[in-house]
Amino acid sequence: MRDTTATLAAPHPATAGDLRTRVWLVQIGFGALAVVTCLVAPLVGPTSISLSRVFDAAIPFAENVDAQVFFIARLPRAIAGALVGASLAGAGVVLQALLRNPLATPFTLGVSAGASLGAMLVITLGVPLTLLGSAAVPLASFAGALGALAIVYFLATMRRQGLSTLVLLLAGVTLNSLFSAIILFVQYLADPAQTLQSVRWVMGNLDVGGYGPILWGIAPIGVALVAFARLPRALNLLTMGADSAATRGVDVLRTQRLAFLSASLATGAAVAVGGPIGFIGIIVPHLVRLLVGADHRLVLPASIGLGAAFLVVCDVAARTVLSPMELPVGVITAMLGGPFFLWLLVRHR
Amino acid sequence: MTGISRPLSACIAGLLLVSVVASGQTRPQRIVSVVPALTETLFAIGAGAEVVGVGTFDAHPPEVATRVRVGGLLDPDMEQIFGLRPDLIVFYGSQQDQIEQVTRASIDTFTYAHGGLADMLDVIRRLGVRTGRAAAADQLAGRIESRLAEVRARLTGRARPRVLMVFGREPGSLRNIYASGGVGFLHDMLQAAGGENAFADVPRESLQLTAEAILVAAPDVIVELTYDERMTPDTQSAEVAVWDRLSSIPAVRNKRVHLLLGNQFVQPGPRMGDATAAIAQALHPDAF
Repeated sequence: MRDTTATLAAPHPATAGDLRTRVWLVQIGFGALAVVTCLVAPLVGPTSISLSRVFDAAIPFAENVDAQVFFIARLPRAIAGALVGASLAGAGVVLQALLRNPLATPFTLGVSAGASLGAMLVITLGVPLTLLGSAAVPLASFAGALGALAIVYFLATMRRQGLSTLVLLLAGVTLNSLFSAIILFVQYLADPAQTLQSVRWVMGNLDVGGYGPILWGIAPIGVALVAFARLPRALNLLTMGADSAATRGVDVLRTQRLAFLSASLATGAAVAVGGPIGFIGIIVPHLVRLLVGADHRLVLPASIGLGAAFLVVCDVAARTVLSPMELPVGVITAMLGGPFFLWLLVRHR
Repeated sequence: MTGISRPLSACIAGLLLVSVVASGQTRPQRIVSVVPALTETLFAIGAGAEVVGVGTFDAHPPEVATRVRVGGLLDPDMEQIFGLRPDLIVFYGSQQDQIEQVTRASIDTFTYAHGGLADMLDVIRRLGVRTGRAAAADQLAGRIESRLAEVRARLTGRARPRVLMVFGREPGSLRNIYASGGVGFLHDMLQAAGGENAFADVPRESLQLTAEAILVAAPDVIVELTYDERMTPDTQSAEVAVWDRLSSIPAVRNKRVHLLLGNQFVQPGPRMGDATAAIAQALHPDAF
């Protein structure tokens, strides 16, 4: 482990060849970690299933309990966990660089509060059960995220002087508080059963019960990840300040816009699929910086891979520890993530 | 002998009278209840005329619509409650702060703790004694007991299907499924209705289940309870169809997923005998 601090220090100079090899190694290594975790996770669980039965084509799927446990109860959760974990960790990296603030999280800019408000409204108003063949809660949640994104973006650009990260931060934090207040009000008006559902939603849940929510979340998350791939070099320069980046040929406004929109899109889709699962977006990027340094060409792919693997592992715990009961996955990420993060801080100070 | 005993018996009678008055066993004239199950019980035992304030979520009987709403479990409006000048307030046992507050104001309270069927019958009888309607409450509890006995009698000798009893779920999806564990009122109703709770071995009232646990438990019947009485038939069939994804479960394969509407299924009270009978009918259609 390299002895770097968990801050947004400028990357160490390295020769181009060296760096290319390291980027390649990091992408392969953390990508493989995520893929292996996703493949192993469905094999682990409170009940033992036989793999040969799972893939036995002679048994009709409708009668094959092992196959249903594998394909309905476990595999979608692993995929959802990987998508959500990758999105939140990647969005965390991008927002920390954009806002030049190591404490920024995917939930800083109000997008997740908007997503939560959308979900709460559907849960408490009991509006249409399904829209376009998908459950209404994730859709409403994604719509809420987009609404919040639009408001924050409008506020940050309304002075026509580019994208003010200060206004972005202030508007995001204020919107977060405002939406949280509205959420509390909506919950207050709800009856007890709806309150239980909405409180539970906020704790995060990857038991998606099928591939619908995943298929649906893949498009926005895919778009966001493609956008992320274009950002690392510019983010490196942006962490040294907008002026400094501009003198080195970075189109600052375009980078800021792309960073904000892609991180917000990833966050909105991730929250719509799994609820606002905390800590991933802050702990994974910092842990990765301790492992690979501060260069975003390494940090971003590594965080996406580690975020996916970390959340998939947490979700295995969520469905196993209290079986047959579900333990909210947000509780696990917080209980593992919080103390671990503190330990890292103390150890490397 | 008689010379001594007369003053003695007068003393005893006086003491009894004092103790009855001191313990507040007079019939209350103005009752506030924030517990829906007990508001309904108060009306059912003939104390409805004395009920002046009810909880926000009280829906039965229809007369509650004409009473003042005073909040609920989490948000009792104390100012409004005091303003109604009650002489008895029915609170949840967990509302300790409010109970202390009204006790300081010398207002009597009756506290309710969630329990099983037998506990609820006991609560009905105690509420009857407390409101001076012991006979009516005893009759109500007796009616519920005989309804339960009648249901049991009809089901004698019948095989008990393994049942998943769901009382909460994210609409339109199989997420956040809450089901009854092996204790409490829902579990008791299910037992009385001739079903075997698929999660009887978990000693909790409420379980949030994973899809895996449900697949592995493989219940013969799924009974899903919802308090939403206004759900349209289309929505009902769509909600039942949501379970089709778990097709290896016998309940799904054999089309034995039942959605029961009404708050009598999720709230213990005077209608719990009928609610049990309705569950029994869903589990054993040919016995009714």
